[in-house]
Amino acid sequence: MSDVKKFLYVNRKAPHGTIYALESLEVVLIGAAFEQDVALAFLDDGVFQLLKGWDTSELGSKNFQPAYTALGDYDIQKVYVERESLEERGLSEDDLLEMVYEDEDDDWAEKSSIRIVSREELAKIMQDSDVVLSF
Amino acid sequence: MKLGIVVLEGPYQHEAADTAYNFAVAALEKGHEVFRVFFYHDGVNNATRLMVPPQDDRHIQQRWSELAEKHNLDLVVCVAAAQRRGILDEDEQGRHGKDANNIAPGFRISGLGQLIEAGIQCDRLVFFGD
Repeated sequence: MSDVKKFLYVNRKAPHGTIYALESLEVVLIGAAFEQDVALAFLDDGVFQLLKGWDTSELGSKNFQPAYTALGDYDIQKVYVERESLEERGLSEDDLLEMVYEDEDDDWAEKSSIRIVSREELAKIMQDSDVVLSF
Repeated sequence: MKLGIVVLEGPYQHEAADTAYNFAVAALEKGHEVFRVFFYHDGVNNATRLMVPPQDDRHIQQRWSELAEKHNLDLVVCVAAAQRRGILDEDEQGRHGKDANNIAPGFRISGLGQLIEAGIQCDRLVFFGD
């Protein structure tokens, strides 16, 4: 086994309601220092985490939305969003935040890290991952 | 197989805390290695020695502590999650000027890096949460 494993962070909860989203994000940020192959997946109510315009500060908790758009700076290049979860909630890709990374293999061109995938494709992605962190 | 176990829910409120324990016991009985149990989110509340459940109920903290002693398990409580929820060891008590600490025997407080390391080291990292 090589030293680099495929980590997949699975996010299934809305940013409001529980601390799951915030504390998952904290693991992603810490984990970035370990130089593993990291991908994020958003499904079920987790797709609400990537919605534009939410702000948890009025609830008395820190608004951590800006951290999502900064994930590119942590070299997070793969953000999978499940199409069925979006559709079931009346959402589309246009409702989502812009998330970008700089591609070092393409003269640091800025590219979108969001990849809309089907439920079936996501199952395959989970299967191909070495470590699935489910939040 | 080398296993990492992650507990995301608190004791008594959510069955995940029980299932994680039962899974650990079953895995050890089958001869698997439990590399680490990592407590995160409300899971950190499993580590308080101050819980006093009724006598006819299971003692969730005590059974983790006993399992840790028996099998030399590494029970790690996330420091950031623990600070939020008032789970302190002696060092944390001193650092934050608190009048008490409450961490149970067999548990230690450390950082999220321990969770990532478990992911790297283990054959399987198994999550117990909502």
